[in-house]
Amino acid sequence: MKPRHKKLAMIVAGVAALGVASVLVLDAFQSNLVFFFTPTQVAAKEVPIGKSFRIGGLVTEGSVQREDTSTTVYFSVTDTSHTIPVVYTGILPDLFKEGKGVVAQGKMSDRGIFKADEVLAKHDENYMPPEAAEALERAAKAQKASLSE
Amino acid sequence: MAINWFKYSSPASFYSLAGKMIPLFAAAAVILLIMGLYIGFFIAPTDFQQGEAYRIIFIHVPAAWMSMFLYVVMACWAGFGLAFNTRLSSMMATAIAPTGAMFTFLALWTGSLWGKPMWGTWWVWDARLTSELILLFLYIGFMSLQAAIDDPRRADKAGAIIALVGVVNIPIIYFSVQWWNTLHQGASVSVNQAPAMASTMLMGMLIMVFASWMYSIAVILKRVRIIILERESHTTWVAELQKDGVA
Repeated sequence: MKPRHKKLAMIVAGVAALGVASVLVLDAFQSNLVFFFTPTQVAAKEVPIGKSFRIGGLVTEGSVQREDTSTTVYFSVTDTSHTIPVVYTGILPDLFKEGKGVVAQGKMSDRGIFKADEVLAKHDENYMPPEAAEALERAAKAQKASLSE
Repeated sequence: MAINWFKYSSPASFYSLAGKMIPLFAAAAVILLIMGLYIGFFIAPTDFQQGEAYRIIFIHVPAAWMSMFLYVVMACWAGFGLAFNTRLSSMMATAIAPTGAMFTFLALWTGSLWGKPMWGTWWVWDARLTSELILLFLYIGFMSLQAAIDDPRRADKAGAIIALVGVVNIPIIYFSVQWWNTLHQGASVSVNQAPAMASTMLMGMLIMVFASWMYSIAVILKRVRIIILERESHTTWVAELQKDGVA
């Protein structure tokens, strides 16, 4: 092997070793890298106790209730297998909607209600004009109707 | 016709070749930029959930893609320079860094502007945002290390190490939204799936990506020409250029 080829081989080997090392490190830190916990993880008590953490999921359809005289809002977050009730006082992001993604930061209260200090909207990666979204929704409804018949 | 590519690995002949190519890439960049922005702002439809605010995607996504792509290219050149001691390779790496850093900053900045109205926050420490911020630090680290070392050959070697080590961050940025749960949504456009975007939106975005490529090539060639002149200032061909008044 020529010296420069040897050098190249060493560089490639070095980068590969580094890659393997980072995979191992990231794998070890897997649980610390999550941005939020799912309601299922909360139900399984995988969340830090007495500390602030984030839960993420979809806002349950029909769960949003606002108080008339304040900005307090009650809703629940679901991952379709478990549901966590949430209470939050403050201004919600524009994209906050029933059936849409949400990430809330706060603490679990003793009564099993998640008291959020911050609510963020998590939107999906789909971009389309409103007409296309309506057409998709109609198609989904039609399919549902034909399935239930 | 056989082209002798090795001829262009000499800084002197690459200098003149780059000079001829810059206007072509610059013109392509301007044309594509005008087309892309026109489609993005006037032709592409409103989004069903984000309204008009999604239009920042036409800047944000090309900038984010370029920030990662340019890093890989920079690390490749730096690696070639380290392995084969070719001067021009290292000069290319040095020339790419500022443009890569600019695109990284642009991606973070536009992302922040987009995050506030849509997510409800300027910044969160999720895996995607954090790893992109680390990318900015890698670019800045590469540039400051090179600037701190006076001997250009030693600066090239030291920079190459940072650049190569930092390459591991690129797949982390790219796959962060799949590996961990993040606030940032998944990829709308990927190799193995149909794009999750309306076709006009996608077209506008891709044209903006090509515009960013053309811009990057033009600016990087311009910068590498300056680096060549600086580093080769002791040679006779640079002296002749100066005598002719071209440089």
